[in-house]
Amino acid sequence: MTIANSPLLSIVTFLPLLGAAFICILPKDADGNARYVALWTTLVTFIVSLLIWINFDITSGSFQFVEEQAWLGPIKYKMGVDGISMLFVILTTFLMPLCVLASWESVDDRVKEYMVAFLVLETMMIGVFCALDLILFYLFFEAGLIPMFLIIGIWGGKRRVYASFKFFLYTLLGSVLMLLAMMAMYWHAGTTDIVTLLDTKFPRDMQFWLWFAFFASFAVKMPMWPVHTWLPDAHVEAPTAGSVILAAILLKMGGYGFLRFSVPMFPLATQELATFVFALSVIAIIYTSLVALAQEDVKKLIAYSSVAHMGYVTMGIFTVTAQGLDGAIFQMLSHGIVSAALFLCVGVVYDRMHTREIAAYGGLVHRMPIYAFCFMVFTMANVGLPGTSGFVGEFLTLLGAFKVNTAVAALATTGVILSACYALWLYRRMIFGELDKPGLRGISDMSLREIAVMAPLVVLTILFGVYPAPVLDVTAMSVKKLVSNYEAAVRPTAALLAR
Amino acid sequence: MNTFLAALGPIYPEIIVALGAMALLMYGVFRPETEANAELTGWLAILVLAVAAATVALGPVSAASLFEGAFVSNAFTNFSKLLVLAGSAFALMLSFDYFRRLQSLKFEYPVLVLLASVGMMIMVSANDMISLYLGLELQSLALYVLAAIRRDNVRSSEAGLKYFVLGALSSGMLLYGASLIYGYTGSTNFSVIASVAKGKAAAEHIGLIIGLVFLLVGLAFKISAVPFHMWTPDVYEGAPTPVTALFAAAPKIAAMTLLVRTLHDAFPGLGPQWQQVITVLAIASMVLGAVSAIGQTNIKRLMAYSSIGHVGYALVGLAPNSPEGMQAVLVYLSIYLVMTIGVFACMVSMHRKEGPVEEIADLAGLSKTNLPLAFALFVLLFSLAGIPPLGGFFAKFYVFAAAIKGGLYPLAIIGVVASVIAAYYYLSIVKVMFFDDAKEKMMDVPRVPGMVAAGATVFVVFFAMFAGPVIAAAAAAAKVLKF
Repeated sequence: MTIANSPLLSIVTFLPLLGAAFICILPKDADGNARYVALWTTLVTFIVSLLIWINFDITSGSFQFVEEQAWLGPIKYKMGVDGISMLFVILTTFLMPLCVLASWESVDDRVKEYMVAFLVLETMMIGVFCALDLILFYLFFEAGLIPMFLIIGIWGGKRRVYASFKFFLYTLLGSVLMLLAMMAMYWHAGTTDIVTLLDTKFPRDMQFWLWFAFFASFAVKMPMWPVHTWLPDAHVEAPTAGSVILAAILLKMGGYGFLRFSVPMFPLATQELATFVFALSVIAIIYTSLVALAQEDVKKLIAYSSVAHMGYVTMGIFTVTAQGLDGAIFQMLSHGIVSAALFLCVGVVYDRMHTREIAAYGGLVHRMPIYAFCFMVFTMANVGLPGTSGFVGEFLTLLGAFKVNTAVAALATTGVILSACYALWLYRRMIFGELDKPGLRGISDMSLREIAVMAPLVVLTILFGVYPAPVLDVTAMSVKKLVSNYEAAVRPTAALLAR
Repeated sequence: MNTFLAALGPIYPEIIVALGAMALLMYGVFRPETEANAELTGWLAILVLAVAAATVALGPVSAASLFEGAFVSNAFTNFSKLLVLAGSAFALMLSFDYFRRLQSLKFEYPVLVLLASVGMMIMVSANDMISLYLGLELQSLALYVLAAIRRDNVRSSEAGLKYFVLGALSSGMLLYGASLIYGYTGSTNFSVIASVAKGKAAAEHIGLIIGLVFLLVGLAFKISAVPFHMWTPDVYEGAPTPVTALFAAAPKIAAMTLLVRTLHDAFPGLGPQWQQVITVLAIASMVLGAVSAIGQTNIKRLMAYSSIGHVGYALVGLAPNSPEGMQAVLVYLSIYLVMTIGVFACMVSMHRKEGPVEEIADLAGLSKTNLPLAFALFVLLFSLAGIPPLGGFFAKFYVFAAAIKGGLYPLAIIGVVASVIAAYYYLSIVKVMFFDDAKEKMMDVPRVPGMVAAGATVFVVFFAMFAGPVIAAAAAAAKVLKF
């Protein structure tokens, strides 16, 4: 059995679940062991997922490592990755060990349950990106809500109950409509196999309904303005690692959904409604950037900045140009790294001071030089400074948007300036200035564990900023296929002539 | 004689349960009235139900008809009967420790459950207005008594009386409907009614339509579909918890099967007419079940509204009047049975010195004092809410898929939105158990209900993995109904 036809994806997907089961059977007061089991499970999962990357054939735009098993009649257990989804799998497995490390000391209540919830969540997240069956996708997509609900609700801050309910119900309401759309697709096409559905031509009218149903789900998940209001609450109340996963992975499920379903399966609707999405994206970019400017709470500020950055992603996706799509995918990965890092940075000072208020900090550079350096790298990446990963994604999406709609590109560019405003201002208020808060005098710089968490993120942020090729090469063929299929669908005659 | 006995083959399961009930009644009467004897009667009753279930499962699958077509047996009725028998048996298992703690363990209880089961099985197999009514009344009378089995308890007596009065009213309506139908078609047999009541003439015959509506009202009362649900919260709250467990599971399944079979077998020609009624009932039940449950503080009342909502979802499967829909109804009932029994198994296990725990607020911090119990309830509640990958999701999935196939888009959309609203109150219980501070520890979970709860939890968690056989069996059973 070679690696290419071993059930590698199933192993990566369900390995964390195995770890969770193992933690469950540990004796009652084995908190320390639970931490180590979780860390090793996530590390092994990461290493196995790297095997996928190594053996991935970047010259092919089709699905690889495909597994298929009979399951419930027409619904099959089918897994596989292409250039788009593979990177998200790696991003997930890469961030999980960091999350476990970040919660090493900050979570000391019900550690076993915490680690179990995280490992279950990891399985669900990887499953979302690997599933090649509509219903299987939905199963993973929704099941992730349960552990996240618990993570926010049990280990969260003061208003955790409100935040967890809002998060759960908001996302659930979005997804149930998608479920109905999936059923309609099944009865129309006779299959729930995503590969077959990608080649199915749905009637024009039906495409619109289906598009809106999927949009309801992904727009909430993304989140797009005006259905983003759950995100600041959830982010603020979630424990650090919960915020990291929310920002880095869960939000990307929305973007991934657009790339996997909305654009390729409903091209006619996508073409008609792209302007609508552009409008929402531009509002998200400008409006939420302004909102971010006014925040008093660090986590809330980063949450709003996430919404703004997701605006670039939706804009890029719906240009359906190679640059726009490449940019959107890159932006999602970069945001996955940068926002995760920013939340981890907040976590570092929160663990020491137990406040998220910006005004409670100031002059941290005097006591925490290493911290100040890390925070600076991520702030610059958040702004989109050339040389950091944030730049590549934003630039490419704007390039794609410029090709399609100049006005949208021009408006979206103002968002870059606004993001510089809030991010740099935040940095100045927290890191620079005089160290005059009495509570901060004794604050210590990052510990070795915290440096170990930050280091890989700093390296990746700069590496991808200088040399984005590893990412863009992987996505290239899948993006090309997506764009050519889309072009063929919306401009059938032009495509025929071009042949 | 032998040929006579052989001819009775299809009705053996009912005969076994009926004879078992009588034998156990004698046993109970002539033995000393001790708790041990009462519990033994209970386990013997479970044995009787198991034997009957084995007879159903291993008996002939081919369709058979008895007593001039008044009683039928086929794969569809067999499937439902297995569910009904399982529901009764598990509800019985939950009763022993609960009643022992209240010092009211009595041998009459299992006997009445057996009698109710006979009624339910006859309902499932009824193919004539007369056998329908006989089964329904046998079941109902036994259940009225069960609701009031704690004679010394005001709320239990009130529940029994309320159930009886309203039940009698609904039976009256059902009978009135049946008589109108008889007047138009000249027969009480489903097959004859079906052959007469079809075509344009039947659809325009006002007497027949009114008869059908009255019949539907009577049956809607039994499944507690809105707006005929008023009795449910009061009876559920007042009756002892194991009795509520029985009410929420077996009779619902029997009445739902009866509804499906009556509408499909006797009124195929009036499909468009009754589909409208079912659609309205489904929407009203789903929405009211979801909205009204939010304000509840008592778990049993909450479960009453939850069961009203779930009946609504099951009706969604019936509304499209299609093979997929009928299969979905059976899948729904199977999973609903397990979830309900599981939740009630958790509830009967919750006991403090003052008495049974029935208020939601009393569950505060259960995850800290008794994690396994809290986890079981957590899984079952998420399953009731229909969150994947738990069993409850598949139940909802199949009914909504059937509704979408039938083109009933508004019904499906209202249904899923109602399920999101309903998720709120299930989450509220989870919140109380997991997010709130712990209260005083409860008494230990008794062994039998604990095992039932564990079994139900395992079932809903792993349903996705072994769902194939259940769904295939439901499909095979639904194939009996011709379209």
